[in-house]
Amino acid sequence: MDKAKLILSMDGLVLKEIPLAKERMTIGRKPHNDIQIDNLAISGEHAVVVTILSDSFLEDMGSTNGTFVNGQQVKKHFLQNGDTIELGKYRLKYVNEAPQQSQAADFEKTMIMRPDTMRKAAEQMAASKSAADAAALRPAPPAHPTAPPAPAPAPAAPAPAALPLASIQVLTGGNVGKELELVKTLTTLGKPGVQVAVIARRPQGYFITHVEGAHFPIVDGKTLGAEAHKLEDNDVIELAGVKMQFFIKG
Amino acid sequence: MNIVEALQIVARTDPGMVRTHNEDSVLANPQNGFVVLADGMGGYNAGEVASGMATALLGSELDKAFTERAPSERVEGGKFWAHVVLETEIARANGAIYQSAQSQPQYSGMGTTLVTAVFHDNMLTVAHIGDSRLYRLRGEDFQTLTRDHSLLQEQIDAGLLTPEQARHSQNKNLVTRAVGIDPEVDAELRDYDVLPGDVYVLCSDGLNDMVEDDEIAMTLSALSANLDLCATQLIQMANDNGGRDNISVILVKVKGDFAVPRGPRSWFTRLLAWLK
Repeated sequence: MDKAKLILSMDGLVLKEIPLAKERMTIGRKPHNDIQIDNLAISGEHAVVVTILSDSFLEDMGSTNGTFVNGQQVKKHFLQNGDTIELGKYRLKYVNEAPQQSQAADFEKTMIMRPDTMRKAAEQMAASKSAADAAALRPAPPAHPTAPPAPAPAPAAPAPAALPLASIQVLTGGNVGKELELVKTLTTLGKPGVQVAVIARRPQGYFITHVEGAHFPIVDGKTLGAEAHKLEDNDVIELAGVKMQFFIKG
Repeated sequence: MNIVEALQIVARTDPGMVRTHNEDSVLANPQNGFVVLADGMGGYNAGEVASGMATALLGSELDKAFTERAPSERVEGGKFWAHVVLETEIARANGAIYQSAQSQPQYSGMGTTLVTAVFHDNMLTVAHIGDSRLYRLRGEDFQTLTRDHSLLQEQIDAGLLTPEQARHSQNKNLVTRAVGIDPEVDAELRDYDVLPGDVYVLCSDGLNDMVEDDEIAMTLSALSANLDLCATQLIQMANDNGGRDNISVILVKVKGDFAVPRGPRSWFTRLLAWLK
């Protein structure tokens, strides 16, 4: 896995790449900073980037001219891949590429944070009381090997597959002609306490299932069982004495 | 109503779409009104062993203790019997898992999260360790009753992350407490009142990492009339979203009042009952 890094640039010109190798990387004009930017618009100690395992946080150290991320002034900011930190005329782009999902799966297991990892985290979050409390809760030194400290990032859940929009049109009864778009993950139909069915919107399509009542829904003349039934375009559903049609919109 | 009539319970566990092993364990004891869910961790099958030990040990010991004495009885210093039993038995299960991990190299470093809920006298006592959760749906209101013992939750508490940002964090799955990792463990115990109509969900992070809270809430309110289907649907949603971890769900629906009958009735209440 690539470590997170910052790309320093000015006026669109890349000056250097700075790997976030340390847990705490200070940014400022004075030479003792990890990232020194010798410019009068930058305060002596301007900001700090704290990296805890795979997450990085930016904190302004009370600079004169402020720290901006993507145009917004920030005091404390949880950095996301692609964020641009603005300090005077300088730009620091935060790059933290998530690894492939297949790799991530191996790392997604729940893990315990051992006291030593916890201590490190606590030091990093020096400003945060609660982290220190957490460390204090587990004062015993590790008696056995520590868990692997760096879990892979968890990529966001895969975007639901592009499922065509579908809707239900009522064919009989008082609501005849009414149309209901199936935009939610679940849409319930019928009368509570009498007969209810649910249509689940899934990546594989739309599925109808009986929820409650003595009678089961009828789809295209066939009474359903307790199992979910996949709906096809133009299927006619009968539920609590009302007929309705399912159709897929282009 | 007695507890068996008052509660409807469904417990399910599923390996998910990615894992070959299921390291989660679930247990329901309708007679004594308690449920246990554990999400194990550790190499090879050690995670299964840890979570299996936790549910089996608590299952049998809580059953014994609550058959002997009602969980709502007040004992030493006004504590609920439920608290005394949970504290003792969780400590004991922790010791047993810790001992196995110490003595058998293949189990080295194993541990488990734990969430257990005991229903008694129109109340519930929840004990939890780690990031397995208890949620409650009451009317329209959906709440998490447990607070994860995780790095992420600590970062939220410290103001480093908003809950919204936490969803994008790359540091999920790091728990700060677990059963069986150290000789001693600190379980968090809380009591809540229970109302008829409430629906409770105990789950492992395989559910709440994959399915947003509002989707869980929507599923509960749409399908609470059919608890089996509701559990199936929750697991299916987690799998449809990737199912990257084992998914466990215990649903408890409160159908009625389960107050403990109080003492001998006075002549006045008997008269009132007779007049009705």
